Amino acid sequence: MEEKYAYIEGAEQPIAMHPKKFALWLFIVTVVMIFASLTSAYIVRQSEGNWLEFDLPDIFWYNSAIIILSSITLHWAYMAAKKDDLSKIRLGMILTSILGVAFLIGQWYSWAALVDRDVFFVGNPAGSFLYVFTGLHGLHLVSGVIFLIIVLISSFRYQVHSKNMHTMEMCVTYWHFLGGLWLYLFMFLLLNH
Amino acid sequence: MATAHTATHNEASHDHHDHEHHENFITKYIFSQDHKMIGKQFLITGMFWAIIGGLLSLIFRLQLGFPDMDLEWLRPILRGWITPDGRLDPEFYLALVTMHGTIMVFFVLTAGLSGTFSNFLIPLQIGARDMASGFMNMLSYWFFFLSGLIMFISLFIETGPASGGWVVYPPLSALEQAMPGSGLGMTLWLIAMTFFIASSLLGGINYITTVINLRTKGMSFSKLPLTIWAFFLTAVIGLLSFPVLFSAALLLVFDRSFGTSFYLSDIYIGGEALPNTGGSPVLYQHLFWFLGHPEVYIVLLPALGITSEVIATNSRKPIFGYKAMIISMLGITILSFVVWAHHMFVSGLNPFLGSIFMFLTLIIAIPSAVKVFNYLTTLWRGNLIFTPGMLFSIGLVSFFISGGLTGIFLGNSAIDIQLHDTYFVVAHFHLVMGSASFFGLMAGVYHWFPKMFGRMMDARLGYVHFWLTFIGVYLVFFPMHYIGIAGFPRRYYSWTGFEFSNMYTDLNMFVSVAAIITFGAQLIFLFNFFYSMYKGRVASLNPWRSNTLEWTTPLHPGHGNWPGEIPAVYRWPYDYSKPGAKDDFIPQTVPLSATPESNLPHEQELVKLEKEIIADEEAVLVADESKES
Repeated sequence: MEEKYAYIEGAEQPIAMHPKKFALWLFIVTVVMIFASLTSAYIVRQSEGNWLEFDLPDIFWYNSAIIILSSITLHWAYMAAKKDDLSKIRLGMILTSILGVAFLIGQWYSWAALVDRDVFFVGNPAGSFLYVFTGLHGLHLVSGVIFLIIVLISSFRYQVHSKNMHTMEMCVTYWHFLGGLWLYLFMFLLLNH
Repeated sequence: MATAHTATHNEASHDHHDHEHHENFITKYIFSQDHKMIGKQFLITGMFWAIIGGLLSLIFRLQLGFPDMDLEWLRPILRGWITPDGRLDPEFYLALVTMHGTIMVFFVLTAGLSGTFSNFLIPLQIGARDMASGFMNMLSYWFFFLSGLIMFISLFIETGPASGGWVVYPPLSALEQAMPGSGLGMTLWLIAMTFFIASSLLGGINYITTVINLRTKGMSFSKLPLTIWAFFLTAVIGLLSFPVLFSAALLLVFDRSFGTSFYLSDIYIGGEALPNTGGSPVLYQHLFWFLGHPEVYIVLLPALGITSEVIATNSRKPIFGYKAMIISMLGITILSFVVWAHHMFVSGLNPFLGSIFMFLTLIIAIPSAVKVFNYLTTLWRGNLIFTPGMLFSIGLVSFFISGGLTGIFLGNSAIDIQLHDTYFVVAHFHLVMGSASFFGLMAGVYHWFPKMFGRMMDARLGYVHFWLTFIGVYLVFFPMHYIGIAGFPRRYYSWTGFEFSNMYTDLNMFVSVAAIITFGAQLIFLFNFFYSMYKGRVASLNPWRSNTLEWTTPLHPGHGNWPGEIPAVYRWPYDYSKPGAKDDFIPQTVPLSATPESNLPHEQELVKLEKEIIADEEAVLVADESKES
């Protein structure tokens, strides 16, 4: 039992994808399934009638702009990381994190706007669903911001550079996904509210 | 990229180095990151839950078979759940049924089966050192453990555990006033299931990543053992369906604790209207069964995969229709997601929609029949070796047929009106899903016990265990078909109010006695399992003379599975009794160029390709030697 095993991995694996990156994609699949099921539930429930009609808060438009902008700054940081431009990586990561937090604050104000319209979490499911969508997406976004900050910290430790892109790439994938997820939810609500 | 790769590799070997030196009781047996230990943890925990779940069923079977029995002797255990006149409390009966279902479906046949064998076999059979992420794997077990702990605690609270059936339909489960079990017990159920979902997803992500990324050289998808195909597709199903259960549970939590109305509408309690309006209880059913039906295949597919392997090995024949097996499993995987509403035929579903779901449901009979056909044709004229594992596999095929046939009845939306929620349904799924999967689990334990613990289980005790269980299962569940057709609804505490039911009292008594004997037979297994773990005959390296990679490891593989190089793979895993070959089995590690006497014409072509792999291997060996010196 106590033999020493030399860890020598063979040549290239059959599919050369980093296992952690692959696992991240699978995690994204689970998040997609959660939101797919919730939005389907929304449609199923809506088709049964007794549905509260109200206007979506305008602040959603600004938030969408913010999240798109944050994806752009993150991509800029990613390009900088490929070129080993450390100061630009840091600037890009800081900007993205700030925009991420700004989006979250914006979502909070969208809830306030909903309450102004007399749409509450407790009440007609039309409103409750909206709170669940934004709340659950917000929770995922918090995890995304934490991920951004982790990469930011490791960039200060000189651990993000063109030869060590795994964490950075995973962070970029996750963040773009969360941005895309919001755009999907917003579009879905625009078409189905 | 290349640099990064070496960097991670150095890190890995460093970790490993540390691990070997500091391995103490806690890191080895408790917070282990070794997939083999985690597999065993899942197995032992699964066995614990199987005993609990089985005992719960015996208690309600006593009530069903002997409604007038004095249960005073159970008071030391059940305390207040025995009424002053010595009867089982009706509320507790509902809790028993609910907990039996939850425990068996999720804790035993999902975690105990898929968790055990996916963890244990995937790295060993594809030729990997460990899972893609040992840490996530450990987390997966401990989330499961935590989930089990919470569920276990819920058994002992004053208001009793969740009691709304394992499907926990609202409004019954959503309103605390509905029944005692819908209070704290239901809350704990939901918390436990959340951890369970997290555990399944962590495990599933790991299984898929490992199968796709960490296969050894030469192990293409067309050379994967069918066990791995089954575990892989099971993980895919779980990955797609468990998040939906999470959504369903999340909305239920909001309804219960925050006062929303996703599932609740127009409910009056004691003449007073609840404030909730606009919800739809059928919405919950849609969400639940979108997981619930695939869950059936999460439970069944690993058992079918294990059976494929065990039957081929012990028939000393290649599995019949390897590709057809894979295609039918893929078919089952896809179809499992589009049939959920056949659980809802009587929920007021649009009858037209009902016929669509009926059509899709009946299509599943095709891949299932292909699999049965292939098992039978593999057995046909094979040199059958009746090991206990083999017997349990054949038992699985038997249940899969007898239970599958009744599925054709239930899948019909018209017949379902009569049979829905009767004992016919209970008989159907206990045979095809419960017993079949349980037999797959048992086949796996008997077959891979030598790899898990380095010792053999006693075969004679295994035979006794098999025959008692096999006959017992049929004696328990076959009569239930008749009871069901007669119209007995499931989940009823007693039928004494109905005149027609008197006719079946003796049949229910019979079922209960058979259930007690069948449960008793499992004690033989438990004894055999733990006795053999310490005192069993020491196993040879390849006791079943099997082809797959796990039998090329040492008797007690350490963390990393193979000392030195991971073997490369040159052929599919089912070269049994190949004409012309010296032995009746050729392990996957034997190159085609080493067996010119048995190669088929197209394999002779592959020999050239193979030379490249071998040249590669030698280059690595030379490099190692130079590194060492």
